[in-house]
Amino acid sequence: MDSREVDAGLRKTMYEEMVLIRKFEEKLIELSQEKDKLVGMQILANGQEAVAVGIVKALKPDDVIVSNHRSHGHLLAKGANPKYLMAEIMGKATGVNKGKSGTLHMAVPEVNALMTTTIVGGGPPLAVGAAFAQQYRGESNITVVFFGDGAAAEGSVHEAMNLSNLWKLPVLFVCENNCWAGAQSLSEHCAVGDIAARAVGYGMPGELVDGNDVAKVYTLAKKMVMGCRNGQGPALIEAKTYRMRGHGEHDHQHYVDKKELEEWSRLCPIKRLRNNMLSEGLVSEAQLQTIGRQVEARVDEAAKFGTESPYPLPEEALEDVWVEDFTMQQVAQ
Amino acid sequence: MAVLSFGQALRDALDVAMSEDERVFIAGEGVGVSIHYDPNLPTHGLLEKYGPKRVKDTPVSEAAIAGLAVGASTLGLRPVVEIMFFPFITLATDMLVNHAGKLRYLSGGKSSFPLTVRVKAGVNFAAGCQHSHNLEAWLAHSPGLKVVFPSTPAEAKGLLLSAIFDPNPVVVVEEMLLYWMQGEVPDGDYRIPIGKARVVIPGKDCTIVSYGGAVYTALEAAKTLSGEGISLEVVDLRSLVPLDRRCLLDSVSRTGRLVVLHDATKFGGFGAEISAIVAEEAFDMLKAPVKRVAAPDIPVPVSPPQEIFYKPSSEMIIEAVRSTVGKA
Repeated sequence: MDSREVDAGLRKTMYEEMVLIRKFEEKLIELSQEKDKLVGMQILANGQEAVAVGIVKALKPDDVIVSNHRSHGHLLAKGANPKYLMAEIMGKATGVNKGKSGTLHMAVPEVNALMTTTIVGGGPPLAVGAAFAQQYRGESNITVVFFGDGAAAEGSVHEAMNLSNLWKLPVLFVCENNCWAGAQSLSEHCAVGDIAARAVGYGMPGELVDGNDVAKVYTLAKKMVMGCRNGQGPALIEAKTYRMRGHGEHDHQHYVDKKELEEWSRLCPIKRLRNNMLSEGLVSEAQLQTIGRQVEARVDEAAKFGTESPYPLPEEALEDVWVEDFTMQQVAQ
Repeated sequence: MAVLSFGQALRDALDVAMSEDERVFIAGEGVGVSIHYDPNLPTHGLLEKYGPKRVKDTPVSEAAIAGLAVGASTLGLRPVVEIMFFPFITLATDMLVNHAGKLRYLSGGKSSFPLTVRVKAGVNFAAGCQHSHNLEAWLAHSPGLKVVFPSTPAEAKGLLLSAIFDPNPVVVVEEMLLYWMQGEVPDGDYRIPIGKARVVIPGKDCTIVSYGGAVYTALEAAKTLSGEGISLEVVDLRSLVPLDRRCLLDSVSRTGRLVVLHDATKFGGFGAEISAIVAEEAFDMLKAPVKRVAAPDIPVPVSPPQEIFYKPSSEMIIEAVRSTVGKA
């Protein structure tokens, strides 16, 4: 497959979205070094942008995504507003979840990013449920769940894969194999590092793709999504990529071979798409710079909005547990 | 009004919910075709009536069963899933505790998870501690989950129907050994509000608070003690979360004495919460210290004399009440 098979306009859009994710997370790196700007541990997908964008571009707005602790790219690709994400990451009342999620578990139902879980391996069973509802109602929508190579060691992933193909549910399992689970490399935590090969055991299609080539990810996703949508049941994509930063921003990767990092940085998905569009003459250097500046302005605006937004009131912590307006103490009345 | 067994009453609730609302489906291990063929089982005959689209037999995959409920509920369905035996719920607890109970909160109130989990509980069927282990206190201690524990056929129907149409996740604990007990059950869409306790028999000397099958042990004790001129008020909580504090405190204010009873183990059990609430909020009304009657802090044993030894008996309640009344 040649990336030229993907429409030029679409490639340009994918480039913009990948740059937005990269710059959004670079802003988080910057802010995480300032005192009291961000709350909690920032977990970034720097270097993995092509997976989020390539997969989500193959979806319709009504399709559902289920994300994990490394979610910012997935949510932005699905169309979440960076302003409300940034405010959420800052724990602000204007955040997409009123400051109740913080950086790790943001749900954006407005764009069908319905569930995000930091329980490693939690996503696939949730996706089974979402896809069941889609099938039950006779919709053609599908559910995509993103999980990592680390999550592939969880039993829940096995349960979800078995059940989803048993019932031919429209789930696209996307394993972002970034070669690390915490400080354990793939060979240290996974008996067979070839996650896509597992698909055979469940009788579903499974393919490995270069996760740092957005055109390839998109093209494979298109094919797999079509199968899910047409009632053929689930499919598995293993997108091979690399975690360019630590598990979280407190992790300085003392255990990572610097040469390996350098090699992967040469495979940066943004750089690759950029070079490829330039060499084909689809865009000029000046146009790319304009895109960069526009995206930076959006990210700066988001950071400003978040910074200037108020925190929620302490007692508002009591709200949003139940659908009804009561707390456990008020039940006494 | 019809006379139904407890299991048939649960089945009636599922039947009413499914016939009333297309969004309701049931799933679990053997909910369609069971290894047990018994019309007193709650899902008996539903596959034949509603078909395999809405009555889903699942693989032995408790995490996936619970995940199915969480995911399907947030897209607007009303899943009713079954976990076969209470100790098996440990395999589903991540989905229930970390997801069903927390995802709404994490979403800032944007999402909801209107799901029902039915779980079979009970001691005294000689299956051992991996099939018998009442874990209601674990669930009650997890924010975002409602927990109900009916004791009569009518309650079973009324609470299950309320659970199915409640906008929050609800765990319905079914006392398995009551499945064959007969009782009058209202027809149609009969619902009992979740969070309302019931005074089973009024009395003036001591309150016994209990739930599930243990209520019958309390009633047995009440009968014996009435012969001695001691009048017990038996309260059936029906719902642990939310808890009807008003009913509890009103009863203690009438009797001045409290014995808490459950079939689960004592240490860290739900009875400790009841005792603490009364100590905090009704200390002045108490004429004697609160007593707890509960199982010893051991796994449920399997040998018949040991299993009987494990389960709180009416004699234990009688003894606790006598000591409480004696201290007055």
